[in-house]
Amino acid sequence: MEIFGVPSALLGSQLLVGLINGSFYAILSLGLAIIFGLLNIINFAHGAQYMMGAFVAWIALTKFGVNYWVALFLSPIIIGALGVVIERTMLRKLYKLDHLYGLLLTFGLALIFEGLFRDQYGISGQSYPVPELLQGGVNLGFMFLPIYRGWVVVAALTVCFGTWFVIEKTKLGAYLRAGTENPQIVQALGINVPLLITFTYGFGVALAAFAGVLAAPVYQVNPLMGANLIIVVFAVVVIGGMGSIMGSILTGLGLGLIEGLTRVFYPEASAVVVFVIMVIVLLVRPAGLFGKAA
Amino acid sequence: MQMKKLTTLACAAAFATLSGAASAQISGNTVKIAVLTDMSGTYSDVAGPGAVLATQMAIDDFIAEAKPAFKVEMVSADHQNKADIASNRARQWFERDGVDTVTELVTTSTALAVMKIAKEMDRVALMSGPASTPITNEQCNDRTVHYTYDTYSLANGTAKAVTQQGGKNWFFLTADYAFGQSLEKDSSAVVVANGGKVLGSVRHPFPASDFSSFLLQAQASGAQIIGLANAGADTTNAIKQAAEFGITPKQQLAGLLMFISDVHSLGLQNAQTMYLTTGFYWDFDDGTRAWSKRFFDKHKKMPTMVQAGQYSSVLHYLRAVNAVGSDDAGKVMEQMKKTPINDFFAKNGRIREDGRMVHDMYLAQVKTPEESKGPWDYYHIRATIPAEEAFLPLSESVCPLVKK
Amino acid sequence: MNNTNSMFARAMPLLFGVLFVIGLVAPFAVYPTFLMKILCFGLFACAFNLLLGFVGLLSFGHAAFLGSAGYICGMLVRDLGVTPEVGVIGGTLAAGALGWVFGVLAIRRTGIYFAMITLALSQMVYFIVLQWKATGGEDGLQGVPRGHLFGIIDLSNNIAMYYFVFAVFCIGFAIIYRAIHSPFGQILKAIRENEPRAVSLGYDVAKFKLLAFVLSASLAGLAGATKTLVFQLASLTDVHWHMSGEVVLMTLLGGLGTILGPLVGAATIVSLQTELADSVGSWVTVIMGVIFVVCVLLFRRGIVGELQALIQRAGIR
Repeated sequence: MEIFGVPSALLGSQLLVGLINGSFYAILSLGLAIIFGLLNIINFAHGAQYMMGAFVAWIALTKFGVNYWVALFLSPIIIGALGVVIERTMLRKLYKLDHLYGLLLTFGLALIFEGLFRDQYGISGQSYPVPELLQGGVNLGFMFLPIYRGWVVVAALTVCFGTWFVIEKTKLGAYLRAGTENPQIVQALGINVPLLITFTYGFGVALAAFAGVLAAPVYQVNPLMGANLIIVVFAVVVIGGMGSIMGSILTGLGLGLIEGLTRVFYPEASAVVVFVIMVIVLLVRPAGLFGKAA
Repeated sequence: MQMKKLTTLACAAAFATLSGAASAQISGNTVKIAVLTDMSGTYSDVAGPGAVLATQMAIDDFIAEAKPAFKVEMVSADHQNKADIASNRARQWFERDGVDTVTELVTTSTALAVMKIAKEMDRVALMSGPASTPITNEQCNDRTVHYTYDTYSLANGTAKAVTQQGGKNWFFLTADYAFGQSLEKDSSAVVVANGGKVLGSVRHPFPASDFSSFLLQAQASGAQIIGLANAGADTTNAIKQAAEFGITPKQQLAGLLMFISDVHSLGLQNAQTMYLTTGFYWDFDDGTRAWSKRFFDKHKKMPTMVQAGQYSSVLHYLRAVNAVGSDDAGKVMEQMKKTPINDFFAKNGRIREDGRMVHDMYLAQVKTPEESKGPWDYYHIRATIPAEEAFLPLSESVCPLVKK
Repeated sequence: MNNTNSMFARAMPLLFGVLFVIGLVAPFAVYPTFLMKILCFGLFACAFNLLLGFVGLLSFGHAAFLGSAGYICGMLVRDLGVTPEVGVIGGTLAAGALGWVFGVLAIRRTGIYFAMITLALSQMVYFIVLQWKATGGEDGLQGVPRGHLFGIIDLSNNIAMYYFVFAVFCIGFAIIYRAIHSPFGQILKAIRENEPRAVSLGYDVAKFKLLAFVLSASLAGLAGATKTLVFQLASLTDVHWHMSGEVVLMTLLGGLGTILGPLVGAATIVSLQTELADSVGSWVTVIMGVIFVVCVLLFRRGIVGELQALIQRAGIR
């Protein structure tokens, strides 16, 4: 069977691959959306933090023999802690200013991180092996699915929807949301708002590091692995509606699928399709697909 | 202005008669060699700091060997893979600092920009790093030497050998830019000429990180050989993911532009049994081992072919300067083209009239982890491609310097 | 306060005069190609500042104007054999037209959405430049001749080329200066300070923003077209989004919304890139990053802004 001249088996496998990539987009854009939604900071260092997450896992494995499963927790904690330091010492000073300054500061940080890692580890990158438990693959009939890729989807979606649940459905999430809407009142209720915000940033950054560890066995661990991704992830957040948690998750997955289809029908354009979509969406729905109109 | 020039000329003439012609013909009695390379970006492992080190080694060795009457200096800079930075820097070196030759020049856009300036200023451009064939073909000029390799020689070597060994059906995974496309075009021609068939190709954006959908298309094509017409991180990611999706070893990969630094970063587990073409391998014979060991002691990495070629080209240049006793670009070029090159790097080397340095190239196959005896023991050399066959034949060249 | 302001107003013509004379003699003291690069990027940053500093619109796609004008100018001069000034005008008009398209699509959005639309559109321009055969893809558009200005003056002479670039810069700078100090500029500032108020005063805000955007894009194009002639090439670097980021850095470092700041910022960044590239190699990006961070945290007014504040404080005392 063929659809538009493309065998349906190939189309099916492309959609599945698209979904896998979409999970990466989803988890990265979720982190960005949380940071923007609660702190009003556009975190340009997100790509670099994703890269550092992967590197920490690699360093832990090669220097200290720490395995993948431990790194999956350890790396987000380390990079998240770094995020906490950044928030406490730098970002905190910028909340009252225009968005522009947060963006520029984090852009500068991204340059520093990427430069340092490049200087230390060179540009060619490092290989991270797939953990033993997840090696091999299953034949789905229309394609051979590496088990690890399946795991990526499961892990990413679990974390995404878990995060959504905490923020939208729990008391802690309610404090968070209220704290950004009206910090004085929430503070008056005896909640330490600055602390809440610090940890929110740390958590957003940890999500990026988590995605980095997930990506390490799939892609080459390379100092610039996040540099090009960041622009696409931005586009995802904007299309979804800045600050919308569910919007960023769904858009991330959807974009992965659309990109997968573009790779079959017009592969050269697969890097630019996201921007075409972004322009169209913003013209039709200025606040993004899931955003509330300002 | 006019007056000043005249006096300078007169002084120079007087000086020349007094001190003998030979020493006066080297401006300032110093040969200045500039290394313009990518110190921090995509190609910094292939060329970069290692190329600067190789240049310094060449200068030191030359001074020890020839005890020249003139001084040799080196300057270096990072062109950041940007043509305008490269052009700015090269102009400044030539105009203001009296640099005699700009060398290395990895990335084609910087190479093309600098070779035009070198021609305009009547200096020499020695290119070890860039890959594109137009440098000595449609864009060629008589002040440029393209030293180590080019896309034609790599594609030709790998595609020919693999096709002749029975890999008849090809599918190309091509980086969607001029370099990738020319790599694909050159290889396709070789595949067809050797009785093979090209089943199709897919163009991926550059740079890309996820290759699974492109690889699945290659898999669906049923081709025996998937030709990787890309470079650097794109190639290593594609190789890694091909193994992940179970595409290799059922289908074979052929890397059309791979350096030993890429194999090193991939690890043998991922890269094993692949074919590739190289102009240099450190563990080839006693000469390569001796030089590479010296290089390794300082750099802690084995040299890539670009770094080894850089050494050889600078040494060849300096010997030519010494032989003609002048740093005049025309005379040095003539001497360099006249003298055959046979050193640890180049076997049966010579510089053709179009500026292409032709030398033996090697078809290598990456070892399996079991076969490898230790770090950097990566290649079996499967065949030698003779210098005269390895590069684009002059009969097919459109370079105006080639007399027909 | 008023006192110091009028002091500035009086000092300004004098300052411009001094700078003009410095510009005239500079090529005899400093390497001309380097100066030309500074002037090109200075004009680019000034054009960008017109939008960010005086209208409050952050465009993250200005590389598209710089680059496309460079490519158009290069193709006109190299492939059609027109004289350099025609090439520069052609490139500028093309960038202006592109700016109009960007503007119409983006101008109704504000803040981060405006930045993102301009970014997305410039990524599309990048894609076109990369794909189109005539631009030479990643090899860039190479071998553009400098040619003869008006068919007479040979620009392959570096000094002649310098005075051409200097003239272009002065014209561009004068246009920006006039625009800011005209009633048009006053309205732009009013929009930046309080957009609803400007609307209620009966101004067609969108029209003014669009005009400013097209002007800024054209001048960025002017800089890009001139740059192509200087270096005799146009490359993908000029259309890449990093260039859009770099111009923000130049403007911010020099002083956002100051008339001379972008030039100072551009000169600083260009010198750093050139000098550091030789001395520290791969540390360039790290140092750039540190400058970004320090600037945002400590010197938000930029070099010129801080200087002005210093002088003002001294004046009050």
